[in-house]
Amino acid sequence: MSYASRRKVVSKIAELLCALAVILALIPLALILFYVLAHGVTALNLSFFTNMPKPVGEPGGGMANAIVGTLILIALAATVAVPIGMLAGIHLAEYSGTRFASVVRFAADVLNGVPSIVVGIFAYGLVVLPVKRFSAVAGGVALGLLMIPIVVRTTEELLRLVPGGLREGALALGATRGRAVFSVIVPAALPGILTGILVALARVAGETAPLLFTAFNNRFFSTNVMQPISSLTVQVYTYAISPYEDWHRQAWAGAFLLVMIILTLSIAARLAVRRLERMNRP
Amino acid sequence: MASIDMDVSPATPKAAPPVVPESKPPAQETPLKIRVANFDFYYGAVKALHGISLDIPERQVTAFIGPSGCGKSTFIRSINRMNDIIPDAHGEGTIEIDGRNIYAPGTDVVALRRRVGMVFQKSNPFPKSIYDNIAYGLRIGGVHDKRRITEVVERSLIRSALWDEVKDRLHTSALTLSGGQQQRLCIARALAVDPEILLMDEPASALDPIATTKIEELIWDLKINYTIVIVTHNMQQAARVSDRTAFFMLGRLVEYADTKTIFMNPKEKMTEDYVTGRFG
Repeated sequence: MSYASRRKVVSKIAELLCALAVILALIPLALILFYVLAHGVTALNLSFFTNMPKPVGEPGGGMANAIVGTLILIALAATVAVPIGMLAGIHLAEYSGTRFASVVRFAADVLNGVPSIVVGIFAYGLVVLPVKRFSAVAGGVALGLLMIPIVVRTTEELLRLVPGGLREGALALGATRGRAVFSVIVPAALPGILTGILVALARVAGETAPLLFTAFNNRFFSTNVMQPISSLTVQVYTYAISPYEDWHRQAWAGAFLLVMIILTLSIAARLAVRRLERMNRP
Repeated sequence: MASIDMDVSPATPKAAPPVVPESKPPAQETPLKIRVANFDFYYGAVKALHGISLDIPERQVTAFIGPSGCGKSTFIRSINRMNDIIPDAHGEGTIEIDGRNIYAPGTDVVALRRRVGMVFQKSNPFPKSIYDNIAYGLRIGGVHDKRRITEVVERSLIRSALWDEVKDRLHTSALTLSGGQQQRLCIARALAVDPEILLMDEPASALDPIATTKIEELIWDLKINYTIVIVTHNMQQAARVSDRTAFFMLGRLVEYADTKTIFMNPKEKMTEDYVTGRFG
């Protein structure tokens, strides 16, 4: 075989391997969606969204409390993580010296790699122990801590992508540095930052471990953030390890709903970006 | 590089200089706006400007020409202290505007930049609407009266000869404008804060000839009200728009005189070689 034709063959093989890897990566996603849907769809009906959990054997139970609980927990997590994460990211990108920035960046990466159950333990010590009560706030803090490194890094990276010309343009008009950052540079990067926040939210929405001993669980409908609160993930976990067939079906339905919430968040992120970018791009 | 603009045969260096309009008044009679004395500039340990001294007259156009890397951009960016944002860079010596040294300790850089507007080589409209781009300088200056802002937006756009093209779409994104329009928008944005001096760092280098002509006509109109300093690679452009021209080379000011003198009758051999396109 000539050198030229051998090169062509090698190139083709490499192409095929890449395509194969893509398929392999997508198979689990397709299977998960299919499996969750197939098992959960029978338990998924209107009452699943509106009813409270029922005792074993009683048909028609739902997860209304867990759905609301998850939404509350996500909102609390965002309240904790968005201001801290964004401001820290702005500081890293705009103000800190290179050495300090690289230390903080490394710390954020380490924090990002800390197992979520450890973050849960930390939130337990921070919020649960002092007031001696599981609470939605504790769960929100745990999830928020998981979000912070993602928000910090996304914010920083996107701010660095803003062309330097915009910064100079604002400064040349007599803007102070802070003014330039907050009125020109951050808005220019905002669509991307928002995506990062929604992606981070989607990630923590699926967390179970940090909630086990922070938000705990609640069999009743509760919107009180100082009380334990139910969440889809913990509810799915509880049902899935139970011995009851009926609860298993409910767990599947809950899992399906979780996937849908995360999908919705991801799609919302894309739509938000498109909307905000209308000003950014012609 | 700039030699491509010059259609001059090396054998007859002074045969075909760019046409200098005869209507220009002599520059020396106008009062002084900027006085630079012995100004050095360093990027870290690298000295980029060596002892620049020159006087820039008020309400005239002063052009800086010279080959790439000669320091002309560094110098123009020193006049509004734009180089302050570069880490480890600093200037030494004095640049006086109306007799006040802008490098004196305690100088309010923000206030300085409001008096000394700047237009950059690459147009840099903010990702906001046309209206908000021009209103930006006013708003950060504490003007929030809507009627007043609208007035200034209109006036600035008229002055920068952009009004007729954008008056029906003031609230669309500035990024929908063409390159030439974006550059005129940036000029309008700089004019909106009513500066005394307008620095232009190769404002037309990224534009097509028609857009360039518009910018040049604009510069010609603006000098009635503003002191204009322009860096340009294009020597014909310097000849067309400026009253005075400074030729820079390797971080040094080689020659500074009336534009006519620089192009028709330069004192220095180096200037002559450059303006006739022997190197560039």
